[in-house]
Amino acid sequence: MADHTTAAPPVLSIRDLRVSTCGREPVEILKGVGFDIAPGETVCLVGESGSGKSVTSLVTMDLLPQGELCATSGSVKLNGEEILTATPARTKTLRGSDMAMIFQEPMTALNPVLKIGLQMDEVYRAHRRMSPAERRQAALEVFASVHLPDPPRIYDSYPHQLSGGQRQRVMIAMALALKPRLLIADEPTTALDVTTQKQILTLIRELQEQQNTAVLFITHDMGVVADIADRVCVMRHGEMVESGTVEEVLSRPTQLYTQALLRAVPSLTPRKPRPEVTGTPAIEVNALEKVFQIGSLAGQLMGRAPHRVHAVNRVSFRLAQGRTLGIVGESGSGKSTVARCVLRLEDPSAGEIRIDGQDIARLRAGKALASARRRVQMVFQDPNRSLNPRLRIAESMIEGPLNLGESRASALGRAGELIEVVGLPRTSLQRFPHQFSGGQRQRIAIARALMMDPEVIVADEAVSALDVSVQAQVLELLADLQAKRNLAILFITHDLRVAAQICDEVMVMRRGAVVEHGPAAEVLAHPRHDYTRSLIAAAPGRDWDFAAGRRLEVLT
Amino acid sequence: MTTPAYPALPRRRFARNLPHWTVILSLVVLAAALAMAVLAPQLANFDPTRINAAMRLQPASETYWLGTDSFGRDLYSRIIYGARVSLVVGAGVAAGAILIGLPLGLLAGWFRGIDAVLMRLMDGMMAIPGILLAIAIVALTKAGLVTVIIAIMIPEIPQVVRLVRSRVLAARAEPYVEAAQLLGTPAPRLILRHLLPATIAPLIVQATYIYASAILTEAALSFLGVGIGTETPTWGNIMAEGRLYFAMRPWLVFWPAIVLSLCILSINLLGDALRDRLDPKMKGRAE
Repeated sequence: MADHTTAAPPVLSIRDLRVSTCGREPVEILKGVGFDIAPGETVCLVGESGSGKSVTSLVTMDLLPQGELCATSGSVKLNGEEILTATPARTKTLRGSDMAMIFQEPMTALNPVLKIGLQMDEVYRAHRRMSPAERRQAALEVFASVHLPDPPRIYDSYPHQLSGGQRQRVMIAMALALKPRLLIADEPTTALDVTTQKQILTLIRELQEQQNTAVLFITHDMGVVADIADRVCVMRHGEMVESGTVEEVLSRPTQLYTQALLRAVPSLTPRKPRPEVTGTPAIEVNALEKVFQIGSLAGQLMGRAPHRVHAVNRVSFRLAQGRTLGIVGESGSGKSTVARCVLRLEDPSAGEIRIDGQDIARLRAGKALASARRRVQMVFQDPNRSLNPRLRIAESMIEGPLNLGESRASALGRAGELIEVVGLPRTSLQRFPHQFSGGQRQRIAIARALMMDPEVIVADEAVSALDVSVQAQVLELLADLQAKRNLAILFITHDLRVAAQICDEVMVMRRGAVVEHGPAAEVLAHPRHDYTRSLIAAAPGRDWDFAAGRRLEVLT
Repeated sequence: MTTPAYPALPRRRFARNLPHWTVILSLVVLAAALAMAVLAPQLANFDPTRINAAMRLQPASETYWLGTDSFGRDLYSRIIYGARVSLVVGAGVAAGAILIGLPLGLLAGWFRGIDAVLMRLMDGMMAIPGILLAIAIVALTKAGLVTVIIAIMIPEIPQVVRLVRSRVLAARAEPYVEAAQLLGTPAPRLILRHLLPATIAPLIVQATYIYASAILTEAALSFLGVGIGTETPTWGNIMAEGRLYFAMRPWLVFWPAIVLSLCILSINLLGDALRDRLDPKMKGRAE
């Protein structure tokens, strides 16, 4: 995208960098990584979890965890100065003034008990000789430059008083306060909504152009790469698999791994719709409402009205067997609350939830609810936490059937079959959750849901925590199971690409209400509502066709 | 491109796998205390209750290693026997407080209705100073080992309940607990299988602190004269009696005080070490 001059000396130059764990049996984490970043250039490090992209950034910042990881050979030069041999005092000075970093989670990167202004002040106090008044003035100017509304108010706010996007803007303001030559951004938008992500990416690009900063951008999202990178380095298992300009790598990948990675990116173009199914829907929701009341008992006694939040406002839908309904929306849209009401993890305030004709919205806890629950099962977002870490896989899987009175032997027999259906060996049953990877655990969670022989599966961001290639496999497994078992799937996601690939129908939610609902091909290709349009416009890499490997000409 | 001088740090890594020296020292002290309690008849030189009017307030000598008290009883033997009461009181209080507090905490954490009532009751109990409550209970009933254990235990219960409840509240938000609900697991089984294990590690640590504080409270009760009678020697009542002769024979107070302090210090250090070991966050660091 940017036409940088190759003549300028690189800001960051990494050569044959090797990092391994310390200790008696060192394991090599980085196996000879090298690249340059010129001023004003954006280099994207892409790779799946465990590929060593974050370790590369930590070495550059000289922030490797002491006594656990050490750089064994190679060189990392910032403006020609060697980082690996520099003293801790020297790298401390360099951090902030010459290089800065933005982290993934802006809430944990900011100190929750100090006001934003004070934390910003610290940056100047540590690196510059300025009077308090000058420091405050400088901070307000930087806040304004990252387009934060009302800088004086932000200055006097605590981190929790800001939105996620605002916090990330503050982090960027801090990182760029001293006009560093190099900015390292480690998945800076992963925790943000798409529309916010779009704004943050634009902001980084804009500041980069103003200050001619070199940016090392770490991401797992190929869409983001297509949007912002000048050059791309693909990493896998600590090695550099492929590197080149963004056009080269994305349109003519030479390595099989890069090709597979690009193929795994779901297309934004909706897949062909399946034929409509008539008859009684597997699940029917009518005018569902959920109101959360926030207020203390003491406050109520004193006549204070509790604060009411309308999380779900008159949501209705029907879902036939064998079909998939996607609920998409940003955080706070109420999509997860709908799912939790359907599962009766939350009690709905009003409305009906009919499973095969039976209304479960009013069932009280106990026998009736337990048998109704069998028919709706869930696959959770985080496979690391949805399985009890202290129980063997077999125990987790047969828990439900045993509750329904099935004998242990027959439940174990079915568990053995199902674990093979989801693509894991039977011996997995005797192992513990931590012995599996994230994708494998998600397969186990699916198998556990299937043990109940459900009619409806609710998948709440079920693939959001997984790498793209694993994501594709899990989605394939779900589609396969759906076809074989005639399952109705309620798929909650923020990712329009995933929604486009697996949903028959899509329902777009915003602030608890449905803004648009219809066949996926219709909603995603010809959105009627402005909000749907802005969501689609913000999807990263939407002007890049990953399957064909070229930029799309027509932008609707 | 030369290899930078980056020394690996094997020492720190190695040290992490060994308990800290304070832990080893604590274990030694506690093993000694346990030996004193179990082997008291073998270790003691005299019957700790034998009164010998001719040998009152003797200084330390070859016969009386730590001297004698105002009744001519051997101080060394009395301290050895005193370990029995202290260790039994500590164990009894810790076990009792957990046996009662754990189920209450589990119920309060899971059932919101029970929570509202039970926790207000616990708040009320916590508002009464523990030692005053213990004195009142012992004063109202006959002083004896069991009464003392119960009296010390009651003020400890709210803390156990609070701890267990907070762990349950954290665990019930875990997706695997919600998954169990969806699988139709009834509340009792869900609590025992998915919530109870999450409370065990912090409870073990809390138990060590209760143990130490129970020994201290028992000594305080004995010192105030409302605890176990002087016919059974405890570190507390030895100090209480020695106090009268403090100006003449300060070691009558110092010796039991030293033994008591060492034990408490060791138990607390051990609790700290256990907390670090059992904390899943610290475990993550070591890997």
